[in-house]
Amino acid sequence: MSENKIFSINGPVVTVRNATEFSMLEMVYVGNNKLMGEVIQISKDTTIIQVYESTTSTKVGEPVYSTGQPISVTLGPGILRNIYDGIGRPLKTIYETHGAFIASGIHIESLDPTLEWEVNFIRKVHDNVGFGDIVAKIQETDLIEHRIMVPKGFDGEIIELAPAGKYKIHDVIAKIKISTGEILEMTMVQKWPIKTPRPVSRRLPISIPLVTGQRVVDTLFPLAKGGTAGVPGGFGTGKTMMQHQLAKWCDADLIVYIGCGERGNEMTQALEEFSQLKDPKTNRPLTDRTVFIANTSNMPVAAREASIYTGLTIAEYYRDMGYHVAVMADSTSRWAEALREISGRLEEMPAEEGFPAYLPSRISQFYERAGYMETLNGQTGSVTIIGAVSPQGADFSEPVTQNTKRFVRCFWALDKQLAYARHYAAINWNLSYSEYIGDLEKWYNKNVDIRFLKNRRAIVKLLAEENKLMEIVKLIGSDVLPDDQRLVLETSRAIRVGFLQQNAFHKEDTFVPLAKQLRMMDVILYLYQKSLSAIHEGKAFSLIENTNIFEKVIKMKYEVPNDKLEMFDDYFTLIDETIYQIR
Amino acid sequence: MNLQYIGLNEISGPLVVLDNVEDVGYEEMVEIRLKNGTTRYGRAILISGKKVAIQVFEGTSGMSLTNTKTRFLGHPMQMALSKEILGRTFNGSGHEIDGLGPVFVDEYRDVNGEPLNPVSRVYPRNYIHTGISSIDALTTLIRGQKLPIFSGSGLPHNEIAVQIVKQAKIADQENRNFCIVFAALGVKNDVADYFRRSFEEAGVLEKVAMFLNLANDPIIERILTPRCALTAAEYLAYKHDMHVLVILTDMTSYCEALREFSSSKEEIPGRKGYPGYLYSDLASLYERAGIVRNAKGSVTQIPILTMPNDDITHPIPDLTGYITEGQIVLDRDLHQLGIYPPIGVLPSLSRLMKDGIGAGYTRGDHQALMNQLFASYAKVQDARSLASVIGEDELSDTDQNYIDFGRLFESNFISQGFEENRQIADTLDLGWSLLSLLPRDELDRTDEELLDQFYDHEKAEKFFAIKHKSIIRELDQQEDD
Ligand SMILES: Nc1ncnc2c1ncn2[C@@H]1O[C@H](COP(=O)(O)OP(=O)(O)OP(=O)(O)O)[C@@H](O)[C@H]1O
Ligand SMILES: [Mg+2]
Repeated sequence: MSENKIFSINGPVVTVRNATEFSMLEMVYVGNNKLMGEVIQISKDTTIIQVYESTTSTKVGEPVYSTGQPISVTLGPGILRNIYDGIGRPLKTIYETHGAFIASGIHIESLDPTLEWEVNFIRKVHDNVGFGDIVAKIQETDLIEHRIMVPKGFDGEIIELAPAGKYKIHDVIAKIKISTGEILEMTMVQKWPIKTPRPVSRRLPISIPLVTGQRVVDTLFPLAKGGTAGVPGGFGTGKTMMQHQLAKWCDADLIVYIGCGERGNEMTQALEEFSQLKDPKTNRPLTDRTVFIANTSNMPVAAREASIYTGLTIAEYYRDMGYHVAVMADSTSRWAEALREISGRLEEMPAEEGFPAYLPSRISQFYERAGYMETLNGQTGSVTIIGAVSPQGADFSEPVTQNTKRFVRCFWALDKQLAYARHYAAINWNLSYSEYIGDLEKWYNKNVDIRFLKNRRAIVKLLAEENKLMEIVKLIGSDVLPDDQRLVLETSRAIRVGFLQQNAFHKEDTFVPLAKQLRMMDVILYLYQKSLSAIHEGKAFSLIENTNIFEKVIKMKYEVPNDKLEMFDDYFTLIDETIYQIR
Repeated sequence: MNLQYIGLNEISGPLVVLDNVEDVGYEEMVEIRLKNGTTRYGRAILISGKKVAIQVFEGTSGMSLTNTKTRFLGHPMQMALSKEILGRTFNGSGHEIDGLGPVFVDEYRDVNGEPLNPVSRVYPRNYIHTGISSIDALTTLIRGQKLPIFSGSGLPHNEIAVQIVKQAKIADQENRNFCIVFAALGVKNDVADYFRRSFEEAGVLEKVAMFLNLANDPIIERILTPRCALTAAEYLAYKHDMHVLVILTDMTSYCEALREFSSSKEEIPGRKGYPGYLYSDLASLYERAGIVRNAKGSVTQIPILTMPNDDITHPIPDLTGYITEGQIVLDRDLHQLGIYPPIGVLPSLSRLMKDGIGAGYTRGDHQALMNQLFASYAKVQDARSLASVIGEDELSDTDQNYIDFGRLFESNFISQGFEENRQIADTLDLGWSLLSLLPRDELDRTDEELLDQFYDHEKAEKFFAIKHKSIIRELDQQEDD
């Protein structure tokens, strides 16, 4: 067969003439430098390839090598604590071997082949195993046990097992006789094509929240394990901070953090902070449960497109072991823009704002990979996806935000005005929503308190009333309102400043357990009720206001440590006394 | 490789096409000699079979299909570098234009740079003192940061940039390792001149490398100018351990050049006609700020851009804001009130400041003061919009208080002289005395301990010699009775 040669080069898009052996989405190596690429279009005489690395200095006529494989990610022990680029290359190793800058054409294995892992087998010789069954266990990090699963196509009988002991990832740990009689050698690594979702046994109904310790999320707009959330917001409104906060504090077993077309320094910061922060339960650094994918904005744009899928595939792999995995993608807009850029180079017919017509289907496929699942090996695991969206001009009517809204069930709209006033998390309570409340009601009632969602409803109602009253206040000021309405305004302020607003940089406030969230709501609503009765008894609201009781309640978030919730009792007494003293 | 091709097959805008060419690398540099003896440069931006499209940096005017000889140089666009570039002036493609002869070459570098591995970055933490209160206290500049100035035409962005350069002690003799890379992108000659004079007055001209692509220079070259400047900056920072401050002005002209070039290639436009890859393109420039492990130097960027129509949602400021680590936004209303520097503090932001301020960097109370100033000043805006509806006299005492606070904050804190260099402690104290004008229970972002330490209402009133409107009103009312 004749050699395939580059015919044309236009940025990351390279074509080959009259090639026959390529298949769609196949991974190829392009040029003398063997740049990684993917076949994205095949016609009778032209094959189009998108290249994941810079094509500078590549020449027409250089060879293109077929691999016969779709673009895949390497799965096995050693993924955690690592940081990969969009196509799964280990950035720490690249730094050690190639220095500060990433040159083109670097080929390094994703997983360290020299590391030895202590392997414990849980299956025996003669066991029949199928795809996804767990054969052995490895303590990958202090927080996470890695469960070695039977790769696809290895269904059959174990006819040989290595003795328990230390092995490297490429060592053969089992031999399996498959139905054809062929004997396959199983190692600890497998590859999986990044654009194909890993199969599960079935989808389970959503029922458990992803507890984040962020009050506005857990209380007002909760996210479920296996659910999806979109976080749109203009620049500087706090999308990245939000993602970092969730990655640090949410109660998933494992975090896949994808920096997709965003800043390099943010990845550096996350790496640093996560290695210093300790998991409260085990006192181990959070990096022990985290894997980073970093394809920053200055890295090649086609690899940015791949980074999302690389991250998802890793998440699904750990889900299949029976873990709850949370995926943060910051930002999905950059991924959509990568699609647009490639589509433009292909001179495809653009739909809205230059985005390709297949944008909605790509976004929906992305979020569809989330879910609460029964895995092939009978365990439960989940993938939760939280995607940041960076709308142009902070205008939520643009295509990426709109299409995301169609496919996520939790929408946390970040608001520029709130961010300007440094009200963080700048989640606008009028524009945001969560469709999971109904699914999670049982859980909250059983595991927190029946009051939790009741309080939530009361708070939502007060905020809605405030929203209406503000229309009037904007026109004539608050002084003319009747006392009960002024009380609504003041209580809403206490809710906004004292409850919704949460300081990520404050030692106690950065993470707040549900029990404390509940008590805080109790106090605020108690103050509201007491004041309301006082007003009904004819006491002037201004007298209540002048006692500073609202200020004291607003500051309780800093005054009551997360582990001293009994201190809230004092607040009820204080409220009683304060109101009682008013004549 | 050094074959010469005579003539061209096609000329279209800034592009020329050559046929029957072999062995050309993507983005390879091209030298084109014209019959009249001049030489132009370009690079291969599209190769298809034996056809090569070349982007000509100096533009194609005067070129014909027959009057050229073209040579491919065998490497991508490079720049000759050595420490001698300091004190020198170059055109937008990195060739010296000050008549002092070629610089000694220590090293050639590809101007496109390679992406910095995030693992090799060091998170920036060192505060740069600028002596400007609104920046030091509220949008602190950090060494290795990219912090743009969002301005509008006619606003004093250049003055602010110069004031930062002067007061950041870049002129200090002890700071031998400081230097400046200045890139003029499509600005008028007097702007470039203003910077040159200011550098001279500050006594730092010897430490400045200037890259000039002025308003009447070719637009294709403008696309290269920041790349040359940043290549020089990286060289100085990472090879010679220098702290480099890069000023890029005006990024709006840069983006317009990119748009013009993109439309000449008939690319599918994104928003407002700018190419869909504007974000990635800008990121490839801005992301070159930072600090790298094992190098002692740093690259700090202050890009300046003028927002068309003062519109912050325009694609240029919008995409810039999505890439940079904050922004300093200038406000035309403040400018018209005669306030210098007219920094609109609410939309301004420094994302890196939280790790570079506080005890050990600036002062322990900095973070709390900043939060409270932002929150209180945000309320001033509410009070003002209410006042514009019902009249200032009808406001409640508290709202009235905010109006006074707002005025004094703008005229005492934001406003300062072009030569005035405020120490950080003075700036922070000033902030607290302004906050002390408000009722103590309005300060809901601060804990009691700090208020005990810094809140002093009476002193503040005396200090600002406030005649409280509410007192006057009370007196009025008493008279009426
Ligand atoms: N929860 C928070 N607590 C305190 N400060 C916050 C919080 N969230 C955001 N901020 C402040 O806002 C700044 C910008 O936040 P962030 O970087 O997350 O914005 P972003 O929405 O990701 O912007 P971009 O789209 O440009 O990346 C932060 O640097 C921080 O100063
Ligand atoms: Mg961000």
